[in-house]
Amino acid sequence: MEATVAKTGTDEKTWGGGNRPLKASYGKMMMWFFIVSDALTFSGFLASYGFSRFKFIDSWPIADEVFTHIPFIHGNFPMYYVAFMTFILIFSSVTMVLAVDAGHHMKKNKVIIYLFLTIIGGLIFVGSQAWEWNTFIKGSYGAVETKGGKILQFLHTNDEGVNERVAIGDFAVEVPTVRTDHVDNEGIWYMSEPGSTSFSLEEVTKGFLADESLLIRTQYLNDRGERIVLSREESVAKLTNDGKMVVEGANLKHNEYGTPLFADFFFFITGFHGFHVFSGVMFNLIVFFNVVIGTYEKRGHYEMVEKVGLYWHFVDLVWVFVFTVFYLV
Amino acid sequence: MAHEAQNLAIFRGRLKFKSNVHKIWGVFILLSIITIVEVGLGIVKPEFLVHGKFLALKYLNWIFLILTIVKAYYITWDFMHMRDEVSGLRRAVVWTSVFLIIYLLFIILVEGDYIFNIYKEGFIKFNF
Repeated sequence: MEATVAKTGTDEKTWGGGNRPLKASYGKMMMWFFIVSDALTFSGFLASYGFSRFKFIDSWPIADEVFTHIPFIHGNFPMYYVAFMTFILIFSSVTMVLAVDAGHHMKKNKVIIYLFLTIIGGLIFVGSQAWEWNTFIKGSYGAVETKGGKILQFLHTNDEGVNERVAIGDFAVEVPTVRTDHVDNEGIWYMSEPGSTSFSLEEVTKGFLADESLLIRTQYLNDRGERIVLSREESVAKLTNDGKMVVEGANLKHNEYGTPLFADFFFFITGFHGFHVFSGVMFNLIVFFNVVIGTYEKRGHYEMVEKVGLYWHFVDLVWVFVFTVFYLV
Repeated sequence: MAHEAQNLAIFRGRLKFKSNVHKIWGVFILLSIITIVEVGLGIVKPEFLVHGKFLALKYLNWIFLILTIVKAYYITWDFMHMRDEVSGLRRAVVWTSVFLIIYLLFIILVEGDYIFNIYKEGFIKFNF
């Protein structure tokens, strides 16, 4: 590192150059300052999430009703999968710091093994996040959006008198219709409409009116933080007067779980974090190959592993906050 | 950089480790325990923690935030080796971020709460 420092002949003086008051190399220090600026970017995002949440504090979606799936198994498992993702990322941080430690002792083979494990952990995390997005976009029960843009979800009173969620497909009655989607090769100027939902509002309303055990749950929360459930009369009135369209899953404009803002922030913040993880995996790969071909062995130190390690831990650090803000609080 | 002295104790020196590798695993166990506690609390949601509020936030949410900051501390101090950096670098990074983030959160969240009250008590109603 010192090779690039020009000798001025005043090296013994405080301001003569070559001083390292922070006792960190240039690269490491710049990585720290990048991390500070990136941390501020992420806090900007999370703060704006908090802003929107406080703005709609009485109608924000409840996270453990949204993220209830784990791959390959049906049922209601709030947060288990995202807890698993958190462990994967913390564990890949551990293998990363072990790689850094092995680098300090110039143990090339150990660095290779630990960096490889770190990369695998990162890939599992990104894959899990893709799965999580896919599940969120597809949705689970379906809902009806009102003219005011609020979400109405459906409940079914079972034999024990307990209200449980019911999917729109379970009660909607099929109504014969000749309505087809407008596609871009018909009509002028290549306009198409978004694909229609599997059931129309008419079908959902008809099915709802036919079954007396169905109720509507609004997106507003009561004092205990639970969704307000309407009585049968209120439900019928609400659905027939205010219902506008059927929503299945979530995208940037409509969200069956509640306010679309929740979906917007979810896609943006976890997407931005996922992109960081992806970049981190790429940096780790480059450094991994450099370790394998012996670049750092020749250089005499493994500081590059330390620098990408800093970045990788930062990605883990951000996830700890994203996890809390999106899934726990 | 090869063999700088590393601080091998956590909890203000109460828990000492024999080597850096031991310390890493120790910190991993600590972070895992904290995560398990968080997820457990998030699933169970104990009644007495959900009811009370302090500064517009439920007790349970305060616990989550504090545990998160504890986790962040150990990731930064032990995984990112902040414990071994000189105080100048540590302060440049930590004080700057902490001050700016607290300031940002304060103004933004107060503003969000204000807009909520305007929507609630103002003339515009979103009840359709």
